[in-house]
Amino acid sequence: MPEVFFFKLTLLLYAVATVGFFIYFYTLRPEALKGARWVFLSGFGTHTLSLLLRLKTLKAPPVTSFHEATSFLAWAVVGVYFFLSYRGPKVYTLGTFLAPLVLFLMIISAISPATILPLPPALRSFWLPIHAILSLVSYAFFLVAAVAGLMYLVQERQVKKKTLGGIFRRLPPLESLDRLNELCLKYGFPLLTLGIITGALWAEEAWGSYWSWDPKETWSLILWFIYAALLHERLIVGWRGRRAALMALLGFVVWIISFFMVNLFLSGLHTYGKWT
Amino acid sequence: MENGLREKLLLLGLNHRTAPVEVREKFALEKKDRHPLELLKNEVPQANEAYFLSTCNRVEFLLVTTAPEETLSRLKGLLSRETGLPREAFEPHLYLLRDLEAVRHIFRVASGLDSLVLGEPQILGQVKEAYREAVEHRTTGPILNRLLHRTFSVAKRVRTETGIGSYAVSVSYAAVELAKKIFGSLKGKVALLVGAGEMAELAAQHLLAAGVERMLVANRTLSRAIELAERFRGEAYGLEELSECLLRTDIVISSTGAPGYVITREMVKPLLRKRRLRPLFFIDIAVPRDVEPAVNELENVYVFDIDDLKQVVEENLDRRRREALRAERIIEEEVLKFERWLRELAVYPTIKALRARAEAIRQRELARTLPRLRDLSPEEREALELMTEAIVQKLLHAPIAYLKMGYHRLGREAITTVRRVFDLDEDLKELSEERPPALPETVRKEV
Repeated sequence: MPEVFFFKLTLLLYAVATVGFFIYFYTLRPEALKGARWVFLSGFGTHTLSLLLRLKTLKAPPVTSFHEATSFLAWAVVGVYFFLSYRGPKVYTLGTFLAPLVLFLMIISAISPATILPLPPALRSFWLPIHAILSLVSYAFFLVAAVAGLMYLVQERQVKKKTLGGIFRRLPPLESLDRLNELCLKYGFPLLTLGIITGALWAEEAWGSYWSWDPKETWSLILWFIYAALLHERLIVGWRGRRAALMALLGFVVWIISFFMVNLFLSGLHTYGKWT
Repeated sequence: MENGLREKLLLLGLNHRTAPVEVREKFALEKKDRHPLELLKNEVPQANEAYFLSTCNRVEFLLVTTAPEETLSRLKGLLSRETGLPREAFEPHLYLLRDLEAVRHIFRVASGLDSLVLGEPQILGQVKEAYREAVEHRTTGPILNRLLHRTFSVAKRVRTETGIGSYAVSVSYAAVELAKKIFGSLKGKVALLVGAGEMAELAAQHLLAAGVERMLVANRTLSRAIELAERFRGEAYGLEELSECLLRTDIVISSTGAPGYVITREMVKPLLRKRRLRPLFFIDIAVPRDVEPAVNELENVYVFDIDDLKQVVEENLDRRRREALRAERIIEEEVLKFERWLRELAVYPTIKALRARAEAIRQRELARTLPRLRDLSPEEREALELMTEAIVQKLLHAPIAYLKMGYHRLGREAITTVRRVFDLDEDLKELSEERPPALPETVRKEV
C-alpha cells in the first residue's frame, strides 16, 4: 500500500527534522534551521500525499479512526507551524519544541491499528468529516499555543531569576511568544466552536439529539470554556504573558484528557477512539 | 622578509596598556600644526612607506624601510623633539614590532582584539581614517596598500565569522538588549527616566536609538526634568506624578540619589490592572537602589538592578573573550597568507606565477575546445597547441619585460601592478564573493 510507504517516509522525515531542529538549538547555525525546515516541509508533503491516498481508498476524509485522527492532527500541527512562521512573529526555536510533539503523535498513530473498517452506519454523515477536521485543526492551534506557553514560562523564569545563559539567548523575546499564544487562540477558538456545533448537528442526524453529555462532549465543552475564558480575559481585562501561558497549558492538560483518556478508556458515542 | 626581502616592516607605538595618559596625550601629534606624516616624509627619508594611527588609547607608526635601525633612531629623535619628552621618558612605554609581528599587530588592532573594550567596533573606522590620511599624504606604497586592504578584510572576517561584537558590554547597552528580549521590538514603546545621571542618560539615548517612541522624565526638581525632557524631546513631570507616569510607560530607567526606595511594590501593584498587565521593565542603576526588589515578583514586571546588569556585562565579556580566541585563529591564518604574498613579492616568483596562470588558462580553454573539433588530425592538433602557446608567449612578453625593468622602489610598483592586473593573488574571487556585511547590533545603533 503506497499510503503506508508514504506514512513511514513521513515518520522518518519528521524524525530527521527533529534532530535538525535540535542541532539548530545547540549550534544556532542558520543553515541547520534552514535544513531542518526543508526536511520538515518535505515530511509535510509526503504526509499530505499519504493522507490523500487514504482518502482515495476510503472515499472519505481519513479522520475516523484513532490512527487517522492522530496522523491528521500531526499533519495539522506541521501545517500550523508553517502557517505561523509565515504569518506570525519570528520564533526561530519553535521547531525544536514542536517537532518532538509531532513525532510523538506520529508514533502514536503508527502503533495504533491502521486497518480500514467499514464505517458504522451511525457515523455516516455529511457532518462527520467537517466536524472532525475542524476539531482537529483547532487542536493543532491549541497545541502550538501550549508549546508557546511552555516556552514563555521557561523564558520568563530566566528573566525573573536573571539567569541569562544559553537558554535565554535561544528563546525569543517574551512578547513574541505571547503574540504566538494570542494568534493561536484567535484561530483555534472559532474552529473549536464550529467543530462543536457541527458535532452537535451530526449527533442530531445520527442519534436524534444535539447533545447527550457523553464524556467526550463534556470534556470538549470544558476545553471550550477554558479557551473562551482566556479569550474573554485577553480582550476585556488584558490578560497576557504568564497567565495566558498558564491557561494555554491548562487547556493542553484538558485536551489530553479529552483526546486520549476519553477516547481510549471511557465508553461513549465517540467510538472511533477505540483501538479497533 | 626572512626570505631575503629587503624591505622591513616596523611598527612603533604605545597604547593604553603600555603608557599612562600623561605620556599618551603628549603623543597626540596630529593635533600639532604639522602632520606627523609630513614630518616623517621630510626628516626620515629612509622610510619608503608610512602610516600613522592616533586614537585616545593608542599611537602607532607603521613604516616600511630598507634601513630599519637608522629609520628607528631618526623616528625616535623626531618623537622626542615633537613631544618635548626626553627619549628615556617615553622609550620604556614603546613597543616595537617587526615584520610579521607588525602584521599580526595591525590585524589584531583593527579587529578590536587589542582594544580597551574587547571587540569594540570603532577602531576599524579609525584605522581606515588613518590609512586615508596616509594616502592623502602620499606616504603609502605597494606594501602598505596591500597590508591595509588586507587588514580591513581581516577585521570584517573577524566580525562576521565570530561573535566578538555581538554581546553588549556596557551597562546601558545591556539594558537595551534586555528590553528587546522582553518587548521584542521597542518601536512605539514609552520609556520613563527617573532621576538623572550619565549612565541613565546614555541608556535613554540607546533606547531612543532602538526605536522607543516617547521619553518621559520625572525628577524631584521640575526645572531639571524640563531641561532633560528638552534634550530627549520628551515630557517633564515632578516626582509626585510618578504613578501617572508609570501607567503610561513600558520601560523605566531609574537613577535618583534618594536614600530609600522611590518605587515600591505597594505603588506598582494597583497599577497592573489599569495597565492591562502590559509588561513593565525597570532598569534600576541607582545606588542605593530606587526600586524595591519585591517589585520583581509582580506579574509581567521585571526589575534589573545595577548588579544584575553588571553581571550580564561580565558574562558577555567572557563570551567575547571566548570569541576572541577564534578571532586569533583567523588572524594567524591571515598572517600566513600575507607572509606568502610578501615572499612572492619579487620579480621571479611573479613571473613564475604569471606564466603558470597563463598556462592554466591555455590548457583549460584547449581542453574545452578540442573535444568539439572532431576529425582533427594529429598535425592539426599540434598546430593548435603551438599557436596557443605562441599567443600566450607574445602576450606575456611585455608584462615580463616591464617586471624585469623594475625601476621604481625595487620594482615593487611593477610587481604589484602586474599581480593585480593579472589577478595573481586571486583577490577578484574574494571581492565578488563579498556580500554586504551583517553589521553587529552595536554598530548599527551607534552610527
